[in-house]
Amino acid sequence: MNNNETVTDKLVVNENWCKGCGICVKFCPKNVLKVENEKVKVIDIDKCIQCGLCELRCPDFAIYVRGK
Amino acid sequence: MPSALVNEYFRTNKLPQIWCPGCGHGIITRAITAAIDKLGLERDKICIVSGIGCSSRAPGYMDFDTLHTTHGRAIAFATGVKMANPDLKVIVITGDGDATAIGGNHLIHACRRNIDITTIVFNNNIYGMTGGQYSPTTPKFDKGTTAPYGNIDKAFDIPALAAAAGATYVGRSTAYHTQLLISLIENGIKNEGFSLIEALSVCPTYYGRKNKKGSAVDMLEWQKDHAVNISAASKMTPESLEGKFLIGEFKNSPEPEYTSEYQKIIDRLCKE
Amino acid sequence: MKSKARLMQGNEACVEGAIAAGMKFFAGYPITPSTEIAEIAAEKLPRVGGKFIQMEDEIASMAAVIGASLTGSKSMTATSGPGFSLKQENIGYAALAEVPCVVVDVQRSGPSTGLPTSPAQGDIMQARWGTHGDHPVIALTPSSVRETFDLTIRAFNLSEKYRVPVILLMDEIIGHMRERVELPDAFEIEIVNRKKPTVGRDQYLPYKADEDLIPPMANYGEGYRFHVTGLAHDETGFPTNSPAMADKLYRRLMDKIEMHKDDIIQWEEENTDDADVVIVSIGGVSRAADTAMKQLREKGYKVGTFRPITVWPFPEKRLLELASKVKTFVVAEMNLGQIALEVERIIKDKAELKKVNKVNGEAIYPEEIIARIEEVL
Ligand SMILES: Cc1ncc(C[n+]2csc(CCOP(=O)(O)OP(=O)(O)O)c2C)c(N)n1
Ligand code: SF4
Ligand code: SF4
Ligand code: SF4
Repeated sequence: MNNNETVTDKLVVNENWCKGCGICVKFCPKNVLKVENEKVKVIDIDKCIQCGLCELRCPDFAIYVRGK
Repeated sequence: MPSALVNEYFRTNKLPQIWCPGCGHGIITRAITAAIDKLGLERDKICIVSGIGCSSRAPGYMDFDTLHTTHGRAIAFATGVKMANPDLKVIVITGDGDATAIGGNHLIHACRRNIDITTIVFNNNIYGMTGGQYSPTTPKFDKGTTAPYGNIDKAFDIPALAAAAGATYVGRSTAYHTQLLISLIENGIKNEGFSLIEALSVCPTYYGRKNKKGSAVDMLEWQKDHAVNISAASKMTPESLEGKFLIGEFKNSPEPEYTSEYQKIIDRLCKE
Repeated sequence: MKSKARLMQGNEACVEGAIAAGMKFFAGYPITPSTEIAEIAAEKLPRVGGKFIQMEDEIASMAAVIGASLTGSKSMTATSGPGFSLKQENIGYAALAEVPCVVVDVQRSGPSTGLPTSPAQGDIMQARWGTHGDHPVIALTPSSVRETFDLTIRAFNLSEKYRVPVILLMDEIIGHMRERVELPDAFEIEIVNRKKPTVGRDQYLPYKADEDLIPPMANYGEGYRFHVTGLAHDETGFPTNSPAMADKLYRRLMDKIEMHKDDIIQWEEENTDDADVVIVSIGGVSRAADTAMKQLREKGYKVGTFRPITVWPFPEKRLLELASKVKTFVVAEMNLGQIALEVERIIKDKAELKKVNKVNGEAIYPEEIIARIEEVL
């Protein structure tokens, strides 16, 4: 079920749970994310500061910060 | 693998939730588990009770003893749970309609008794589950499917209602102000007495669409732009507070708790 | 030996029975003629470590009773007609979620506020079909103070055993009647407790029934972390949209009572062996029926009595047997023909049916039953 998972050093994204609402994208302070085909996508992981705001507000628990 | 928090406190095989994309209810539900986690509560001594509505579906996803009851009656069921077993931490999840329309009487009486239940009202200003009818918290002149010409009812201020009825811990936050929400829920659970936290949610599907409020993102931005923390508000001019709403801790004044008071009666009688 | 006999009201015997059965929680809202039950429970429960709470209304009382029962406390509420109506939605919840609890309805005249202090038996059908949807129900009716004590215990035992709400259908006559009764000692009383799971959390399926169609029940707070809902659910307790699972659940709920009918159903009959006429009645009316029967027997008439103790499920099998030998059933009840409806359904045209009905707030007197029977004989 969780096979559609994108794991980076800093973030994990679960495409199966993502509903593409764009909340994480909008409130990410570093423009790390975008929504493509109704799913979230990491576009610039280098800029991610692991602030966790995406995780805090994702209504579907589809994105979270690793190792925190 | 979901995050450690989600893995620990959710029934992950039930996820994702049935809620619409961008529904604020998911943000609030996660915040509740974050608060429970911070408090380090004993997992098997927590009971989560809800009524009927989109919001009331939350406990089904949460890995505790959970009770999904009838519309409006969550607090009354929770009162029985808490009275019969005061060792349980009882948390009620309810919607604005569930808590203040059909369940309004139970809400004020639980406040009055100061029974140790923490109630989190997921207020999306509308009846979500039944498709967008106006609720007791729909702002005046806003629309719902049953208020096609604009709602002429005055909206409840839920924290004020709870505080006036005798709740001993009262606060409000929003889905956007998630950190504050987590800390209010934490404090609410810590308070030995009736605590009410209003969590302003967003319903993009019905309230948003009916009232041209844009997407979930737009609605969260609105929350961000219009909320003022009560601690800052005292230093602000009335003009700058125009059109804003308050968030934060509104009341924190512990009083004797109901089940403890009852236990005193039992102890006294059993000594006789 | 000192006699343990005491003068006691029906409502008091109800509380005594409940406490003897192990009641640890009562939630209620005052209403005549059931109020004494709440008052006496308020006084007695904390003395045995139990809890009493006066809720804001009957809906809340029923809800609290279900919540308390889920933690393992044997729980009861008591009310009368108007309050019984308010409880119905949550009685349905208890039936669907299979939460043991006892609901006492001391019937008064209705509908609506009616004649608040007058006896009636108008809630027979409400007890059966008061909540929406098909649902299992057990309803017991006492006709004396001592029997109120016994049947309250039995109501708890049946609710625990079958995981159903059990209704103790009293009437004002029995609730307020005072009789000298001798209550049994604790060791003489049979107590039944709900079946507990024998497996751990990982294997526990809260709605997987055993062969007896009854699922074992864990308590909240014991670490099972299970879900209870009023939505149609599968064996895991979580909501399902599967027509097959919903069908299975609804049928099992009904079948679990059907399967154990012989254990549940009780009735009492007297002088039915040679009877031409049998008076059918319950509760307070049965006392008048008894007097009528005796007086008619003295006059040489072959009259018997039949008193369902479980109104629901109704003692159908026995009534049908009697129908093959009895000429006439006279159903006497303080309503306009609710038990008669059930009797009619069962006996069809195997015997004649006559009715004695009264809804003016007065009890049915033996003479009224006698007069009706004399018309027949
Ligand atoms: C007794 C009863 N009346 C009406 C309903 C229909 N109903 C279900 S949910 C609901 C409103 C829910 O609104 P709210 O509590 O605000 O929660 P939301 O869905 O918005 O989260 C209503 C009216 C019901 N289930 N039971
Ligand atoms: S952790 Fe912070 S910076 Fe990284 S993606 Fe999430 S919101 Fe953006
Ligand atoms: S907030 Fe969550 S559900 Fe919404 S787009 Fe981002 S990851 Fe997807
Ligand atoms: S209808 Fe509204 S409240 Fe219900 S799930 Fe959808 S967005 Fe959320």
